[in-house]
Amino acid sequence: MVIDSAMIWEWVIKSVAILIFCTAGFAYTTLYERKVLARMQVRWGPNRAGPRGILQPVADGIKLIFKEELIPAKADKLIFVIAPVITVIPALIITGVVPWGPDITIGGRTIHLYLANINVAVLYIMSITSISVYGITLAGWSSNNKYATLGGLRSTAQMISYELALGLAFVGPILLAGSMSLQDIVAAQAKSVPFILLQPLGAVIYMIAVIAEVNRAPFDMPEAEQELTAGYHTEYSGMKFALFFMAEYIKMIAVSTIGATLFLGGYLGPFLNVAPWLGPVYLIGKVAILLYGLIWLRATLPRIRYDRLMAFGWKVLFPLALLNVVLTAAGITLFGGK
Amino acid sequence: MPVITLQLVIFITVAALAIASALGMLFSRNTVYSALLLVFNFTTVAFLYFMMGAPFIGLAQITVYAGAIMVLFLFVIMLLGTEQIARIEQLSAQSVAAVLLGLVIITEAVVVFLLRNPTSLVVTSGGDVVSVNEIGGLLYSQYLLPFEITSFILLVAVVGAIILTKQEKPAGKAVEGEVKK
Repeated sequence: MVIDSAMIWEWVIKSVAILIFCTAGFAYTTLYERKVLARMQVRWGPNRAGPRGILQPVADGIKLIFKEELIPAKADKLIFVIAPVITVIPALIITGVVPWGPDITIGGRTIHLYLANINVAVLYIMSITSISVYGITLAGWSSNNKYATLGGLRSTAQMISYELALGLAFVGPILLAGSMSLQDIVAAQAKSVPFILLQPLGAVIYMIAVIAEVNRAPFDMPEAEQELTAGYHTEYSGMKFALFFMAEYIKMIAVSTIGATLFLGGYLGPFLNVAPWLGPVYLIGKVAILLYGLIWLRATLPRIRYDRLMAFGWKVLFPLALLNVVLTAAGITLFGGK
Repeated sequence: MPVITLQLVIFITVAALAIASALGMLFSRNTVYSALLLVFNFTTVAFLYFMMGAPFIGLAQITVYAGAIMVLFLFVIMLLGTEQIARIEQLSAQSVAAVLLGLVIITEAVVVFLLRNPTSLVVTSGGDVVSVNEIGGLLYSQYLLPFEITSFILLVAVVGAIILTKQEKPAGKAVEGEVKK
């Protein structure tokens, strides 16, 4: 592969596009969530800033910038400051391996609509997920606050436990596509059907495990306010709190994007060969559907008790995920895969 | 004199960071910082694997060591509240042995480096030297017996950890989870 300056510019532009998509997506996912929750509770939701409230995220951002930042006197200052950063970075970089459309040609130059096509993309996602627990653990510990520490430790235990089921849920699509590259997985779905039809159990396990990974209701144990006030971010305020908030929503977008790619066919949809630019539109549409599901669950289900959450992860979800792998492998051997 | 390429510059930077973080890990008096520097060290070593065209090993390094094992170290440090190490070393005999063994390893490395055959160390191409399919194929054919023995040892360790922690029921669950990982 020859690396010329045009290629480097292409990478830079794509990276910036992903970052903008994630951060703008974060802003509007908060509004989306508030609107959907409001409609489910028969309210209007935010509707004062701008027409139908579309400027609400901007107003929230400005408010958070001007909030006072507090650092507890006995906190470990260095770790206290970098913990929110460590939390956000994995969330921002995890979608780098996701393809968001077929190749397009602009001015005689073929442009791949993905940042990186690596043959271990799924493993990359796993390793970034496993790194992302650090931010929360360190935030809890460095605050020098028992509620924060307990919240941080709880969320770490939860994330480690559900990572196993998550990793096993990835195995189904990998086996069906015969590759760990997300491009190949999407291409395999183009030849057959979206993998949710072949992997219904895998898709359900994936969605449950990622809710635990991103600490969302009904698995938002680290923030169980009756027991732990606000968990690991109890002591955070202003923009540092905003970074945790941002990480949660960007992770929601990221897991929805990866889920859409693995199980819903990614950017695939009708008329893609006449209009390749529809690829990103389909992908964003599928992401919006999955995000709606996450918000719906938050509006519907109460929080699960912590010991039940761990028991569910280890005694129900993990064996089911193993069973799914065995069944998928047996099915491919008997009926032929790929 | 080797030509200074971009790859060499990146290698030297990453290697320097790896050595610096390893030294920092050794000399830090705060165990949380030590653990974090070790995580950083694992990540830089993973970068070296990436540069050698072995992304699978690099990512496995991050997932297993940086992502799983070191989280457990942090867990223990934070739960036991042993962030600060005492100034006086209690393991004086061990530290002498450690210095001696360290010298042996360094001498060994230097000897191997000086006596190496330069052509045998050249990486064949910049692409994937070790692909996932090849690793999987080798594990389940040529190295099937060691692979099965390893999995058996891990199973024994898991069962052992569960039995050891069985008495204390509430705390037992977390430990069981950690060891399986």
